[in-house]
Amino acid sequence: MSMFARTALDQQNRRVEWLVKTLFLMMTVLLIVPVVLIMGILIQRGAPVLSWGFLTEVPTNGMTAGGIFTALIGTVWIVTVALIASVPIGVAAAVYLSEYAPDNWLTRAINLAIINLAGVPSIVHALFGLGAFVVFFGFGRSILAASLTLAVMTLPIVIVATRESLQAVPHAFREACWNMGATRWQTIRKVVLPNSISGILTGVILEVSRTAGETAPIMFTGAAAFLPFLPQGVLDQTMAMSLHLYVVSTQVPNVPEALPFGVALVLISMVLVMNATSIAFRVYLRNKRKW
Amino acid sequence: MVDVAPKLSVRDLTVRYGDKTALDGISLDVLPNEIFGIIGPANSGKTSFLRALNRMEEFDTNMTVEGEILFEGQDITAVRNVYALRRKVGVVFPLPVGLPMSIYENVAFAPKLAGIKKKAQLDEIVERCLTRAALWDEVKDRLNALGSLLSGGQQQRLTIARALSQDPELLLLDEFSIAVDPVTTMRIEDVLKELKDEITIVLVTNLVQQARRLADRTAFFLESELVEIAPTEDLFTGTVKDQRTRDYVEGRFG
Repeated sequence: MSMFARTALDQQNRRVEWLVKTLFLMMTVLLIVPVVLIMGILIQRGAPVLSWGFLTEVPTNGMTAGGIFTALIGTVWIVTVALIASVPIGVAAAVYLSEYAPDNWLTRAINLAIINLAGVPSIVHALFGLGAFVVFFGFGRSILAASLTLAVMTLPIVIVATRESLQAVPHAFREACWNMGATRWQTIRKVVLPNSISGILTGVILEVSRTAGETAPIMFTGAAAFLPFLPQGVLDQTMAMSLHLYVVSTQVPNVPEALPFGVALVLISMVLVMNATSIAFRVYLRNKRKW
Repeated sequence: MVDVAPKLSVRDLTVRYGDKTALDGISLDVLPNEIFGIIGPANSGKTSFLRALNRMEEFDTNMTVEGEILFEGQDITAVRNVYALRRKVGVVFPLPVGLPMSIYENVAFAPKLAGIKKKAQLDEIVERCLTRAALWDEVKDRLNALGSLLSGGQQQRLTIARALSQDPELLLLDEFSIAVDPVTTMRIEDVLKELKDEITIVLVTNLVQQARRLADRTAFFLESELVEIAPTEDLFTGTVKDQRTRDYVEGRFG
């Protein structure tokens, strides 16, 4: 018998190895099934209503006909204002936590608060937004109130993503800068931030996807079921894609069957296009900087 | 030698990380324009000594430093403006760190921090420092390439060029040749011998022979303590006092 012949133990290890690998592969395949199904059904049933007019016309006939223009633009408003509010706060907080904060009870309390904030259900955020922004700050039901509610809700995403990408920058780079007499801020600005920008961007894109899709928080704070015109400023109410989808799916009688699928398809496409853009941008940045 | 005012005068220096003592009550003098070697096994406190000289405890909440470090007579443990101190002290670490920016920017970084803005002046500094670090000929045609993509030996010379760009009076080298091939090591050693005319160098090394080639005097650190300081040649002629130093130099332990 050759010295490399399989023993009984080798045989058993081989079987286990095969079993484990197959099992994990099946789990992974399982993962893509819902994605393929969702996209497939949406495209199959929603594609017929898609047209240039669907994107550029306002809803008519009690939302059973026409397009989704007002909702589309409304979502762009809400997402933009939410980003303007949350990205600077989130990035600044993450930079502080990663680069400045000493490891003490306050820092730990803040980290705990961030985790908890991420775990709060969106309906609770909705009620918080209603109480805080609509009533207390007196913004009324408006884009501003809705966006700020979404900003609070999505802050943990930006903070966690930013903090992790900052910490992925090797510590040796920081020490090298400090040793040349650079202050912490000079080090952050010249070395740390430029090398973590793609990770920060990932966080922002995740946030955009989440912001564009949330329904409950904006329903209470600034999104309207139907408005025949576009918002003129941040204190106006607006329609939004996510709420529009909810309304045409459940609240309005005699909606053509394909319409909600079309709305959902456009919403998902918006998010996918933004994701693709960010991936392209990240690849571009990664090719520019390496270590 | 005795009548020269020391460049660096260390008294009762103790460094701790948390409750672990890394360096226990060291006192020594470093003279101007000498290469002062420090040898010793791992965990003997060599690196902690360098870190204290550059006030790195400011950036490590766990690290505490006690004692007195006089740099040209001024106690640096009391210096408030640590940034000015670090500009006077250049440091080179064991592993080369090419910052992820262009070769040019790597070397121009410190001068820019010091407020130099004129392109011509920066160009001159970059060329001078890269030349002194024996790297200019290899990179002069690709100064805009990323510093972090150079080979290990080139990155270490880039690191030295960067340390020189801040016009230091004191250059601290921490086992600089660990990640560098022997040929590059020799080139860097030649550079150091030339630099000695202008600046004072503290050279931590785990290579006893490197200390012999470069250092005027050498200190032997062991288990957080300074065993002794001797003219380097004495280490090899067996005229040092302490048996532990002889054993280490002759490779009987460590």
